[in-house]
Amino acid sequence: MIDVLSLGGAYALMALGLVIVYGILRLVNFAYGELIMVAGYTMYLTSGSGLPWLVMAAVAVLMAIVAGIATDYVAFRPVRAKSVTAVLITSFAFSTLLQNAALLFISPRPRNVPLPEIFSVTVQFAGVITPARNLITIAAAVVMLALFSWLMRRTVLGIAMRAAATNFTMARMLGVPANLIISSAFAISGLLAGVVSMLWIGRIGAVVPGIGLEPLLIAFIATVIGGMRSLQGAVLGGFLLAFMDTTLNFTLPQDLLKFRDAFTFSLVILILLWRPQGLIKGPASGQRT
Amino acid sequence: MLEIDGLQVAYGAIHAVRDVSLNLADGELVTLLGANGAGKSSTLMCVAGALPAAAGTIRLEGQDVTTARPEVMARRGVATVPETRDVFPDLTVDENLQLGAYIRRHDTGGVGEDRARMFEMFPVLAERSAQPAGTLSGGEQQMLVIARAMMSRPRILLLDEPSLGLAPTVVDQIFEMIAMLKDSGLTILLVEQNASKALAVADRAYVMRLGRIEAEGTAAEIAAATDLKALYLAG
Repeated sequence: MIDVLSLGGAYALMALGLVIVYGILRLVNFAYGELIMVAGYTMYLTSGSGLPWLVMAAVAVLMAIVAGIATDYVAFRPVRAKSVTAVLITSFAFSTLLQNAALLFISPRPRNVPLPEIFSVTVQFAGVITPARNLITIAAAVVMLALFSWLMRRTVLGIAMRAAATNFTMARMLGVPANLIISSAFAISGLLAGVVSMLWIGRIGAVVPGIGLEPLLIAFIATVIGGMRSLQGAVLGGFLLAFMDTTLNFTLPQDLLKFRDAFTFSLVILILLWRPQGLIKGPASGQRT
Repeated sequence: MLEIDGLQVAYGAIHAVRDVSLNLADGELVTLLGANGAGKSSTLMCVAGALPAAAGTIRLEGQDVTTARPEVMARRGVATVPETRDVFPDLTVDENLQLGAYIRRHDTGGVGEDRARMFEMFPVLAERSAQPAGTLSGGEQQMLVIARAMMSRPRILLLDEPSLGLAPTVVDQIFEMIAMLKDSGLTILLVEQNASKALAVADRAYVMRLGRIEAEGTAAEIAAATDLKALYLAG
């Protein structure tokens, strides 16, 4: 149960980071995984500085936000008005560029990332023994989801972002600047990626250039299950995917375990056959009643 | 206040607007009539900044705003009510109004007052303020969109087919409201297919056909010109 919640929390945050940009631009940001990588390498590079872990983590998250905004400026803004295909390709290109930069300037081999003690201890909680990092993940997910929902519901910027996700032109005609909204979406995406990165690295303890691939895939699947356009759907999809993964981990016989992902994906296909638009449909754009 | 000169709007090879020149004086209600596909809405969306002009100029209070982006037009006091109505369906009524005041969001006192005034003017919106706007009826959505546009305290209101698809009693209500807005001194450009209703409230009128202005005059002149009936009804 704690496994599901903690894995689900991390998955949900990954999915939200992807869907916040998709909702507004109708575009999957393939460089999203690299935001996670950027945060990871920031941790590695600052590890010699002797700063307390929390400060390093804050710097890493900040770098992910900066990288997110950079994605907008480098890969999206110059070609946004041209064509969807162009933006798709620049987003791939930016992703490859960042990965190769990491390969070239740092190393293709895993680099250890400092972790505070608390990530490796186990604690007894509600009668079960569990690694403390699971509880940290759950707490971080709860805090982030609460913060995110407050931002989207209570601030003018959040409301404007939700409006822009359904009808960008109308939002602009009310005076909401397009660039501000898009940059904010990328910044939030970067923030989520940064936090996810800390939690993800907390599980594996090292960073490699390809670290972002798995979270990107997970986020993508979670949003597809939950509904590409819906923020609630992304969260739901994240938890559902974690539930499937964890359940399969426990129930599959040993020799089938290495095929776990095949089982997971089969279930995803079944869900999509049943509800092609995802579990939560999300706002229909510009629909009149 | 608003001068359009030789405006052209094209969607690829299709010229929706071929040559439109019109002007609006301060406080005037001008209606742009014509059949479906005459290019009225394209003209209006181009003024709002949502469509690029292929040629011609648009001036707002003497300044060239032909290439201005929609958010800039909004900041300059142009509020737009598009034909598609475009409430934000998953936002509440209140959130829709709040966004209408986006350009003056720091003036919380004034926004609060305006919000109260809109709720007074449209009691049904007050009743449903916490409801998602997508659950409102067509007439209620139209009221919400007009109220939302007014929240920015615009100097010019661009209204596109506010009567489209609404029940006759609701249409009457909407036109009463337009007359009221005009009396408050607001400059309005009203695009309509319902010519008789529009001419009843307008000061002047332009008639469009196939992307061009075919006739112009005071509302009374246009209403009296019988041959125009054929022009704007037959398209």
